[in-house]
Amino acid sequence: MTAPLPIDGPAAPPRANGELLFAEPWQSRAFGMVVTLHGSGAFAWPQFQAALIDRIRIWETSHPEGECWDYYQHWLGALEDVLAADGTVFADEIELRARELANRPAGHDH
Amino acid sequence: MTTPSTRLPAALRTEALEQLLTERGLVDPTVMDKFITTYETQVGPLNGAKVVARAWTDPAYKQRLLAEGTTAIKEFGFSGPQGEHIVVVENTAKTHNVVVCSLCSCYPWPVLGLPPSWYKDPAYRARVVREPRTILAEMGLPLDDDVEIIVRDSSSEVRWMVLPERPAGTEHLTEEQLVPLITRDAMVGVAKVSAPEAAK
Repeated sequence: MTAPLPIDGPAAPPRANGELLFAEPWQSRAFGMVVTLHGSGAFAWPQFQAALIDRIRIWETSHPEGECWDYYQHWLGALEDVLAADGTVFADEIELRARELANRPAGHDH
Repeated sequence: MTTPSTRLPAALRTEALEQLLTERGLVDPTVMDKFITTYETQVGPLNGAKVVARAWTDPAYKQRLLAEGTTAIKEFGFSGPQGEHIVVVENTAKTHNVVVCSLCSCYPWPVLGLPPSWYKDPAYRARVVREPRTILAEMGLPLDDDVEIIVRDSSSEVRWMVLPERPAGTEHLTEEQLVPLITRDAMVGVAKVSAPEAAK
């Protein structure tokens, strides 16, 4: 048998996963929020899973020409959908806060 | 779904959401940091490799693993989200199982960690269902025509894990010596385990 040749390089344990888990820091925060909220009982996994499936299906059937696949965008979108559905946090609140953050003076870092 | 708000950079939306959840007492950032670190450093395919090496060397364990995946895996202390319904299927010379989640990204976290990006990619998810033999060959695993390929779709409650075939030439190796040979890709079913060079 030929040696295993995974398309993204060898992935033998004990390496964490053979690749970076998160390409950008925000992805790890988005991941962490879902796991933390699920861990504290804020939602059942199938709820999040269904929201993620919806987000991915919608993107796959109707994304703009040339827009690249970005898994954690869908992950984040699914989290927002779940939180909005049960009235925990609404999209306009997130948008408002994000715009405030965007308007921080340069060099704000903490 | 394409409201103007989704065009804000994801990093800003994430930061905003984390602030709101923290202010409302729904997320404790230190708890969250711990979760992230755990998945970045502790939960990975090494867990699955230990399970497979045990199954290769202990027939009674193998029987338990194939009968009741989640319970047998818990014997190692591996459990948690996405580990509630793990079903382990055995690859042999004539039957090859390969795992996918065609609708999203379901994956047995406790034994394999978080999925690699190719596993989440629309191309893999669609093509492995449609043309598994072709995509496996492209990934470096050409299978003979008489090998039956079974695609295991994880989109229901079940999280599939493959028990790869133990390679010839490893009969003299101990459980501990087998562990480093077992790759994540072999446990997803897109690769086989190879014997170490010295054993060939």
